[in-house]
Amino acid sequence: MVGGAALLGLPAWARAMAPAVSETLTGNTFDLSIGERPVNITGRTRMATAVNGLMPGPTLRFKEGETVIVKVANRLSEPTSIHWHGLRLPADMDGVPGLSFRGIMPGQTFTYRFPITQGGTYWYHSHSGMQEQTGLIGALVLEPKSPPPYAWDRDYVVMLSDWTDEDPMTVIGNLKQQGNYYNFHQRTLGTFADDVKRKGFKATWADWTMWGAMRMSPTDIMDVTGATYTFLVNGRPPAANWTGLFKPGERIRLRFINGSSMSTFDVRIPGLFLNVVAADGTDVDPVMVEEFRIGVAETYDVIVEPKDRAYTVFAQAQDRTGYARGTLSPRPGLIAAIPPMDPRPMRTMTDMGMAGMGGMAGMKGQMQGMPDMKMSGKGAAEMPGMDMGGMEMATPAPKGGMSMKGGPMAASAKSAAAPIMVNADGVDPKRLKGQPMVDNVAMETQSRQDEAGDGLDHSDRRVLVYSDLKALRPDTDIRPPAREIELHLTGNMERWTWGFDGKKFSGSSPIGVKLGERVRFVLINDTMMEHPIHLHGFLFSLENGQGGKAPLKHTVNVKPGERVGLVFTADTPGHWAFHCHLLYHMESGMFRTVVVA
Amino acid sequence: MRASRWGSAAVGAVAVMAAGAAHGQTAGADPNDPAPFGPPVDDRHVWVHGILDQFEARIRGGDTGLRWDGEAWAGPDEWRVWLKSEGELARGRVGDGQTEAFFSKPISTYFDVQVGGRYDLDSAPGRGWAALGIEGLAPGFFKVAATAYAGDHGLAGKVKASYDQLITNRLILQPEAEINLYSQDDPARDIGSGLSDLDAGLRLRYEITRKFAPYVGVTWKQKFGRTAELVRAAGERSADVRLTLGARAWF
Repeated sequence: MVGGAALLGLPAWARAMAPAVSETLTGNTFDLSIGERPVNITGRTRMATAVNGLMPGPTLRFKEGETVIVKVANRLSEPTSIHWHGLRLPADMDGVPGLSFRGIMPGQTFTYRFPITQGGTYWYHSHSGMQEQTGLIGALVLEPKSPPPYAWDRDYVVMLSDWTDEDPMTVIGNLKQQGNYYNFHQRTLGTFADDVKRKGFKATWADWTMWGAMRMSPTDIMDVTGATYTFLVNGRPPAANWTGLFKPGERIRLRFINGSSMSTFDVRIPGLFLNVVAADGTDVDPVMVEEFRIGVAETYDVIVEPKDRAYTVFAQAQDRTGYARGTLSPRPGLIAAIPPMDPRPMRTMTDMGMAGMGGMAGMKGQMQGMPDMKMSGKGAAEMPGMDMGGMEMATPAPKGGMSMKGGPMAASAKSAAAPIMVNADGVDPKRLKGQPMVDNVAMETQSRQDEAGDGLDHSDRRVLVYSDLKALRPDTDIRPPAREIELHLTGNMERWTWGFDGKKFSGSSPIGVKLGERVRFVLINDTMMEHPIHLHGFLFSLENGQGGKAPLKHTVNVKPGERVGLVFTADTPGHWAFHCHLLYHMESGMFRTVVVA
Repeated sequence: MRASRWGSAAVGAVAVMAAGAAHGQTAGADPNDPAPFGPPVDDRHVWVHGILDQFEARIRGGDTGLRWDGEAWAGPDEWRVWLKSEGELARGRVGDGQTEAFFSKPISTYFDVQVGGRYDLDSAPGRGWAALGIEGLAPGFFKVAATAYAGDHGLAGKVKASYDQLITNRLILQPEAEINLYSQDDPARDIGSGLSDLDAGLRLRYEITRKFAPYVGVTWKQKFGRTAELVRAAGERSADVRLTLGARAWF
C-alpha cells in the first residue's frame, strides 16, 4: 500500500518496473481507498477510477478458511461499490448497489466482512455506473486449504482489460444513435467485388440480399472496438509491454482474468503450450492447448514452462481490431516477436440460429464454416514434440453442433422425471419476433460447447473449447434439477437495446428460486453476438457434455444461436444479480434479479 | 440407490442452507422487489442527439442556395421527442420551410410511430398541420419515413428515403429523395394538388469521424403537375439540377 501511494503520480505504464509486491496485499484485514487519478494510456491524460492509487487495483490474497474484513473508503464524488466476482458469500456482502445494499456514498467507508470458503483465481470490480470501464478492477487470489494437484514455481496475475479515452456514457450514446458506430470493417463495394470473384455473382447477391433483408451485418463481432479501445495487460498498453520475469526451468502459473468491459480475447503465447488447470477459479483436469478464448469476466489459470528466451503473451480482441500484449522473459529488456493478428471472423447462419437452413441459396460459402471441430483435434495431433496421448480421439464425443442440437433439453428429456420448464418472464418465445427490442429469434438452437467460437474454428492451433473442461471436484449436489427456467438472450443491434426475453431490467420481475432448490437455467442466445452471462453468489455446473464432471463456473460466454444449460443449488438466500457481463449491455438492461428465499 | 443418493444430497443441501441462513439475508429485502435499494442499472437513461443531415450550398452558375435538413431527439429507448427542421434560403427568401415536433414510440423491431405537428415556416404564408407518421429501417437497410398531415388546407403527405452505400468504411455514397403530396391547391405557397415536388440528391461523403463528414453531390429539385404550372407562372424553373457542397454533422 505504501508502495502504491508512492507511485501515485506516475502514469499506469510507468509502474511497469515497480516491484510486484506493492500491487499485492495479503492478510485478513484490508483498507481500500477508491479515488480518481490521472492516467495516460494513449498519449492523452484522462481520469481513471483507482484503488489505492492503482489501476488496476492491488491484487488481494485471501486464505480459504479465514474471514476477511475489507474497509472500502469512497473518495469519489459519486457512489461506489466493490463486487467480489465469483465468491460465495452472504448476499449483503456481494456489493451490488440496489440489490445487496445502497452502495458506498461519497466520503463514506463500508466494511465488507465475509468468510472465504473456496480457493482459486477470481477478481473484484465496481458495480456502480461505469467505474469498471474507468479502471476499478483488481485480482483476487484465494489460497486453497488443500494444495491443488499441480505444481508451479512462480505466479503472475495477467489482468486483461480495455481502455477508452471517451466518456463511457458517450460510448453508449454513440451506439444508441448508430449501432455500428465503432465498426470500421463493414462490408463495402470492395468486399462485394471480392465475394463475386470468390464465389460468383449469384451466390454473392443472394448472400448480401439475405443479410440486407434481415437488416443485420455479418461483420458485427464486437460492439466497441479498437477504434476507441486500447487493450491492456495489467494496466499497460502494448507499447509499455508488461513483463513477467522468470528463471529458465521454472513452471509459471499465469492467472488470466478478463477484466474488460466489452472485449473478448483470444490468448496465446507463441512457442509455449498452455496447460489449463483452472477455469473460473475452480480446478479442472489439466488440458494442454495452444490458445484459449476468454470471455469478459472469465478467468483461466494456465501453467507454462518457458525455456531461456522471451515469449510474447498475445491476447487479440475477437474482432481483430487490436491486441493486448505482454512478455515473459528470463531477463529485463528481452522481447519476442509480436505475431500478426488472425483474419477477422464473420458471422454465419449458425450464429443467426438458422443452422438447419443449409439449403439457403448463396450460403454455401458461409456454411463451409459450420461447426467443424475436427480442426482443433487435428491441430493437437500435429503439435510437434508433444505427447498428446491420442488427443484427436480423446476430443469430446460430439462432433458437429448438429448432433448436439438442443443440448440441455435433450439431456433433460433422458432423465426419469422431466423437469418443469418455465420462461423466466412468462413469455412465449414465438411472440418475441418483431418486438422493438428483439431483432432475431433463433429458429434452430444447439449446444456449441465443442466449438472454439467465431474466429477460432478454422484455427490450426489446438484451441480450448468448453467441452474440454472437466471439474476435478464436481458439484456434490447430484440431484437432478426439478425446474428449468428458460431465458432468451435478446437484443436489437439497430436500436442498440439489450435484455432477456425482450425486456430490460426496468420492466422485469425477479426470478424466484426456492432456498435449497436445484434448478437449471436454460439460456437461448437469439442475438448474433456472444454474451458472457454471470450469476452472482453461486457456481453453476456448465452442461458441457461432461455429465458428472461438469465444470463449475460463475460466467459462461454464450455463443450466438446457442442453447446452454446451467445447474446450481440455490443454497444462499438473498437478492442476486444475474446479467450479461458486457458492461454496456448490462447498463442497457440485460440484467435480472434472482431472489432465493 | 437413487433414493439414497438423493437423501444424502438433501442432507448436504440442508447443511449449506443452514450456513447461508447463519450469514443472514439482506435485512428488509422484499422478495418481490427486484431492487430493494434502487435500480442497479441505468437502463432508462435519457439520451440526447442532434443530427444535421444536410447543410449545403446548392450551386448553379452564380446562383447559390443554402439548404438544411436536420433533427434532434431526446428520450430513453421507450419513447422519444423529436424536433425536425428543413428549408432552403435562395435569393433572400426562405422556401420549403418545414418545422416539425413529434412524440415517437417503437412499434416493431425497426419502426417507430410518430405523432405531432408541422408548421410551414418560411417567407410564404405559414400553414399548420397535425401529423402522424412512421419512420424506420426497411429491408435492405433503406431508411424510410412516411408522414400524413391534416390542416386547414386539406391533407398532405411526405415520404423520405435514403440508402448508405459504403464504398469504403469512410467513403459513403448516399442516394436520398423526398416527395410531397397535397390534396388542395395553395397558390399562396405555390402548391398545386397532387404530387407536388421531388427533392433528390446523390451525395458522396467522407466520414473524417463518424460525427463529421463533408460531402459533394448533385441535387435535383422537380415540381410536378399543378405545382409546376404555378411555379412557371411565377417565372421560376420547375426543374433544377445543382452541384452541391456541404457537411453532415451530429452530436
